[in-house]
Amino acid sequence: MTPAPRGKSPERPIDARTFDLLGLTMALVLGLHAPHMPWWLVVALALILGWRWWQRRHRAGRVPGWLKLPLLALLTLAVIVQYGSIFGREPGAALAVGLLVLKLLETETSRDVRVGISFACFALMAALLFDQGLVASVVVALGLLPALATLRALEPGQLPAASLPRTLLPALALAAAALPLALLAFLLVPRLSSPLWGAPSPNQARTGLSDSMTPGNFTDLLTDDHPAMRVSFDGAPPPAEQRYFRAYVMWNFDGRAWRYFDPRHASPQEPVPVEAAGAIQYQISLQPTHQRVLPVLDVPLQAPPRATLQTDREVMADKPVNDPLSYSVRSALRYRLQPSLDERSRRLGLRLPEGFNPRAHALAAQWRQRYGSDDAAIVQAALALFHNGGFRYTLAPAPLGRDSVDDFLFDTREGFCEHYSSAFTVLMRAAGIPARVVTGYQGGYWNKLGSYLLVRYSDAHAWSEVWLAGRGWVRVDPTGAVRPERVTLGAAAAAGNQLAWYRNDWLQGLRNRWDVVNRWWDKGVIGFDALRQRGLLTPFGIRDADTATLGVLLAISGVLFIAIGLAWALWRRQPRAPLRDALRELERKLARKGIVRRPAEGPQHYLSRAARALPGQRDELASLMRSYLELRYAHDEPPTEPLRAFRRAVRDFRIVNVVK
Amino acid sequence: MRGLLQRLLRRAERRLPALTRYRRPESLPIELHRRRIYIVPTGFGLGFSVLLLVMLVGALNYANNAGLLLTCLLGAASAASMLVAFRSLDGLRLAHIRAGHAIAGQPLELALAFDSSRPRNAIRVDLGCSTTAFALDGHATTEVKLALLTTQRGWQPLPRLRVWSNWPLGLFRAWSWLHPEQSVLVWPRPETAGPPPRAPAEDASHMRLHRGDELAALRDYRSGDPQRHIAWKASARHTNLLVKDFEQPQSRPQWQLDWRLLGGLDHEARIARLARWVNEAQARRSQYSLWLPGNEIASGSGPLHHARCMNALAQLP
Repeated sequence: MTPAPRGKSPERPIDARTFDLLGLTMALVLGLHAPHMPWWLVVALALILGWRWWQRRHRAGRVPGWLKLPLLALLTLAVIVQYGSIFGREPGAALAVGLLVLKLLETETSRDVRVGISFACFALMAALLFDQGLVASVVVALGLLPALATLRALEPGQLPAASLPRTLLPALALAAAALPLALLAFLLVPRLSSPLWGAPSPNQARTGLSDSMTPGNFTDLLTDDHPAMRVSFDGAPPPAEQRYFRAYVMWNFDGRAWRYFDPRHASPQEPVPVEAAGAIQYQISLQPTHQRVLPVLDVPLQAPPRATLQTDREVMADKPVNDPLSYSVRSALRYRLQPSLDERSRRLGLRLPEGFNPRAHALAAQWRQRYGSDDAAIVQAALALFHNGGFRYTLAPAPLGRDSVDDFLFDTREGFCEHYSSAFTVLMRAAGIPARVVTGYQGGYWNKLGSYLLVRYSDAHAWSEVWLAGRGWVRVDPTGAVRPERVTLGAAAAAGNQLAWYRNDWLQGLRNRWDVVNRWWDKGVIGFDALRQRGLLTPFGIRDADTATLGVLLAISGVLFIAIGLAWALWRRQPRAPLRDALRELERKLARKGIVRRPAEGPQHYLSRAARALPGQRDELASLMRSYLELRYAHDEPPTEPLRAFRRAVRDFRIVNVVK
Repeated sequence: MRGLLQRLLRRAERRLPALTRYRRPESLPIELHRRRIYIVPTGFGLGFSVLLLVMLVGALNYANNAGLLLTCLLGAASAASMLVAFRSLDGLRLAHIRAGHAIAGQPLELALAFDSSRPRNAIRVDLGCSTTAFALDGHATTEVKLALLTTQRGWQPLPRLRVWSNWPLGLFRAWSWLHPEQSVLVWPRPETAGPPPRAPAEDASHMRLHRGDELAALRDYRSGDPQRHIAWKASARHTNLLVKDFEQPQSRPQWQLDWRLLGGLDHEARIARLARWVNEAQARRSQYSLWLPGNEIASGSGPLHHARCMNALAQLP
């Protein structure tokens, strides 16, 4: 045996094209991580990247160590100063991206490039830990293209390369070819039912609804038009004025803020009874809120699995919702909630802090005097006050003082749902009617394309419930008295021109339609969890696909894909032989007349025999034979034009029946 | 480490004849097909699969489905690259090999003509310790020039060539063996210094002095010869152009190189000396003849004549 060639050429510096592609990959990674990194670090890393690219264009070579080591130390220091640690999701990502950019400083050989690209692939995936929306995922997947193109560019001995964008095309083709297998693996890779190690605590990017309400603190929420949840109904959706999704019921008022905290929570109680009519079934897919509350349509009849119905028919999940969650609930639109009020609840529903809002108390006492024991008339009086008292709906109200309700009712007279519901509830309590504040969502956009209701954070709302004898808790929305559009059209319509230019109508309409795609992504990809995976095979008669079944299926389909791939790899196109095919055609035509070519018969002999058998076409056959022999034996490759003529002649050849 | 690998390989070859079946010399053309293409992951490929595994576990642990999809996509692309690597060799055809001339101890230029019906990238051929990379455009035959190390004169069988490719991502290495049943002739190495050939004792007619402007002889046209030197009349009687050779300022002896006259030297030294003389005569463009045991080459000149003489020397037992 001859010695095996040690066929490694000595490491030579990579060429400019490879380096450009690598730089592009790094820039993409940096761009994808930029949203959650401090801006100065992003700028510094971008500058280093740009400088290195410029430096290498002029003179190839590693950056000296006296420059690299301080940069490394600086990076670590910067991350520690910013985050206080190098462990965790954000500092880890920032450190990884920084190291990646620094790796570029010493990248000169193909080994360096391979290490860099592997690391870049990892960093690309890490970007998805922060945002796994559709757009982010697509951009990350596109980030694989320059990475794969870099690996391709490393191989020596290629056909002359095209322009930079065109070098990305083969990588795109490879990724596209790999997509079916990737999707299959995605469907069948068994999900973990519980994490192997601590999942990162996601940062509170979206505040969502809070379990306390201070008039004015919804402002952030009402300008955040990210989707909060999507609701699809079995049957027709409820009318707009009944789309109230209840989250927290708040009893406790300290003069400034309403709190969800309730002394009755200490001892778990049965949910209050409800007499219901007109139940409606619907599914909600909720975006992560990091809270336990599950908003449901007023008023829920029972809690979904892994959640409980609280005393006031709020639904609380057993665990905070840290991942998108889907649940199915039945609610009653016409109901009578807690027809008889117990003494303790009545006390709680009337309690007001001492020494606050004297003017409101006075007004309520005045109403009570005027209307006697007619609670409903007092409610109407309060709503009439909001309607006719010169109140204004605005998302940017003037600040309120210590007696916030007095200030609002008699001085500023501007605000949004929180102000109105808070003031209304205080007035009711002062007048001796049990009342409480309910927060949640109201309204939403009905997406015709996807037949679902899109509820955004900006649809957050607060309203009141008053207890009226014989009717139980009745929902009263004082905001609707001021601005009916808030209830029928939503916060954006109610706010009028106070919103930024980019939230104008047609753009909002576009965004609402685009949400179908997002919903599909959230439902189909992000929300595809262990539970959904187990039900994946139900249409095929497997009710509960466990890990073993999935593994077997994955193996089988993997083998199937390998077979398809091998068929493609092993498939060889028959070399095309038009001349041979033309002769075959001629043979078929002659065979119909009984002139069959014998196995060992050459073309000349055969065609001469045919010419003798068909004397009427002797000349034609002789000419065909001559041109065939010429084409077949006079050239290595039959020349194009005579070949075409021969094929045409064979096609036009007709056997004339001669009557003998 | 490498020694251990070699031992293992040798053992595997003994045990698994399928590994060596396509290592025996074969006649050209050789077309690579699936039975003779082997494929293994490269070191980078192994490292990359570890990375994919880490990404997979990470995505599963954090229940990050987008990350899982990305990992699956990357994994599937890597698996697809294995087939691409196979296909970059499958159907590759070594049509013929053209060997140049070289004296023993110097590299001999081999031109391997590859063709293929589709474009291929980044194919590499190992010969000894050197690797050459090339690409095929799918139409024309591509000649790959390799340098074959030579040690001694005479027929030298071509060594086994390894043709391999890491295309497209460097994750997998597909390789195959090419062992063409062809030998190349290596010319003997001439001695570095020695006496000139004995002045032949011939009649004076060969020793005529020529002046530079006088017609001395006719020779074959070489590109670059001025047109007015062409002997048109003489050329008309021959198949190729003849040129009047004027540049014979001195006597041009016709050397008669003879094996028998070098009796005092041993076998190889005789060959080395004759080789040197043949080279010198060729450099001076003189006429020379060569007598070897069993082979007599009549007087002549020019590169063809030179190659004929050197070939004869190389083939001496």
